[in-house]
Amino acid sequence: MQRIEEKLKILADAAKYDVSCSSSGSTRKNKGGIGDASASGICHTYTEDGRCVSLLKILLTNHCIYDCAFCVSRKSNDVKRAAFTVEEVVDLTMNFYRRNYIEGLFLSSGIFKDADFTMERMLRIVKKLRQEERYNGYIHLKTIPGASEELVKEAGLYVDRMSINLELPTEAGLRLVAPEKNHDAVKKPLTFVNEQIKSFKEEKKLIKHTPIFVPAGQSTQMVIGATPENDFEIMQVANDFYKNYNLKRVYYSGYIPINNGNALLPQIGSAPPLVRENRLYQTDWLLRFYGFQLDEILNPQHIHLDLDIDPKLSWALRNPHFFPVDVNTADFNAIIRIPGIGRQSALKIVQARKFGRLHAYQLQKMGIAYNRAKYFLHCADSPFILGHPSMEHVRGAILSENNRKNRQQIAPGQLTLF
Amino acid sequence: MYYLFDGTYLGFLCCVFESFERKETNIIPITHEDHQIDMFKDRRTVVTDNPKARRVQRGLQVRIGKAEATDFYRVFLSEDRKAWQASFFILCQIFTGRKDIRQHYGNDHVLYFSQVLKKVSRERHRMKAFIRFSKSADGLFFALVEPDFNVLPLISDFFQKRYADMPWLIYDMKRKYGLLFDTHQVGEVRLSPEETQDSTAPAVAIAMDERDELFQHLWKQYYTSTNIEARKNMKLHLQHVPRRYWKYLVEKK
Repeated sequence: MQRIEEKLKILADAAKYDVSCSSSGSTRKNKGGIGDASASGICHTYTEDGRCVSLLKILLTNHCIYDCAFCVSRKSNDVKRAAFTVEEVVDLTMNFYRRNYIEGLFLSSGIFKDADFTMERMLRIVKKLRQEERYNGYIHLKTIPGASEELVKEAGLYVDRMSINLELPTEAGLRLVAPEKNHDAVKKPLTFVNEQIKSFKEEKKLIKHTPIFVPAGQSTQMVIGATPENDFEIMQVANDFYKNYNLKRVYYSGYIPINNGNALLPQIGSAPPLVRENRLYQTDWLLRFYGFQLDEILNPQHIHLDLDIDPKLSWALRNPHFFPVDVNTADFNAIIRIPGIGRQSALKIVQARKFGRLHAYQLQKMGIAYNRAKYFLHCADSPFILGHPSMEHVRGAILSENNRKNRQQIAPGQLTLF
Repeated sequence: MYYLFDGTYLGFLCCVFESFERKETNIIPITHEDHQIDMFKDRRTVVTDNPKARRVQRGLQVRIGKAEATDFYRVFLSEDRKAWQASFFILCQIFTGRKDIRQHYGNDHVLYFSQVLKKVSRERHRMKAFIRFSKSADGLFFALVEPDFNVLPLISDFFQKRYADMPWLIYDMKRKYGLLFDTHQVGEVRLSPEETQDSTAPAVAIAMDERDELFQHLWKQYYTSTNIEARKNMKLHLQHVPRRYWKYLVEKK
């Protein structure tokens, strides 16, 4: 095996637990070189785990001075180590990009020597791509916690998205498995970059030629299921970060056991909490696109998301007074709260009802999940029912319908005890 | 009544023109090559006349705007006869004053039109994603594809902007034509009859760049390494990368 191939194998393998994959949101144009950013983002392929491959996601090196128990590249872990040279990363990126394999580069790194040394090396790659190769494709750069503001600011002028991982949802969880890290080291650069983005935008209003600064914004990631935080705590943190730091995305990464070294962590062989991760993303979407407030879905009385049913359905079952919603008269914002109706369908409904009252067969054809939605909506030919069906009954009916369709294994529940 | 046209978009627009000029309704637009025709129905051959087609196109743009007018071109590229008919119905509605007919999702024609539009747009997006260039010894980046719909005209602009500093060729194996970019402009290319005959053994004649195989190999390596075995989910995988695309994907070959 060639050395470059071995490096790629090690450093792609080490980077894959970072779930951030998006290549959207940037406005970078091709200015007499190669490449541009696609506003919607493009997933160039999908691995067998069903995750998209949009960017060449690699670490610069997996040498690291830290020893975080959940991380595959931690100092004490016995894995092969490698490091790319600046030229190697540039050569790989350009050749993959020209063949339309990728949408751009996702560059992260273990921390060797110190934060600034690592950040400076990453910055050199980014600058070489932009200046020498005249590359205008997408670049996602990890901010190294503790790197100086000058370096972070300079990097921001060349990249499309920056991100820095919270790693674990709470400070308490972090102390358990990564005592050398804390959330403040994450919040500081997030704040700094956020303020820079704002000030560059302000400046652009006055001076047209202001350069673009991190046009696709910032994101972060939390590992789920490694430490005992409940869903309410996780979503509270996510909600705060969306509000306070204007993040474009918060990613939730179900913990995949990689060693048995730390007794606090789930051991090898336990299944990753995939269903729980999915429920968290659904909640995330409800908060950002469906006008839900966090306390409607999760609150001190309901600290766990239901693994059997999605959070919107779960909310609906707890709030029967909100239903049935008449799709022929209700507001768009009320229609998107019906389980089984998404934003696209809701938009179609609101437009189509101008031409006449909608019937069940029309809703079905439009593509709503009618078997779920039928308990919560009213349309032109809905039968008249006295009183409300019991929500217990509705839940049972929907679940048995689902089970009939695909009997799936439900992953073990979240941790409740230390 | 059947309107027979030459299979081009301009010809299709001329059918709309013709039906208004002759005040004929219940039109089914088909091409000369379509054979499954009801023997007992009337038919009329519509000759493509560019000025007429342009009048229809301009009239459409004035009524519903440029962006929405291109939706009809996209749906036309689906090559789906039922979608053509839905398209024809909607166009007639628009020209008789129902400009908002596209929102009437309760109507079968309108719903079908929007579904086909979505399919074509999805295929267009997939081609942006799934095209894989190989580099030949003379520096040409070429790719073979077999899209479900005739979407090459819809991705030409995208590739021209992105890969502006290198010559490339995207060839549609199903429809036997391709787009060639010479670093200045995009042109349509077709293989000559002699070349088509040679197509039993295509690509043998092309000498590859010496490092091309290396990067294909590295890409496969990366694709394998970035997969998380513990999360394997083939159902989702196949949903995103249906098997029919595997033939031309380096990492799935």
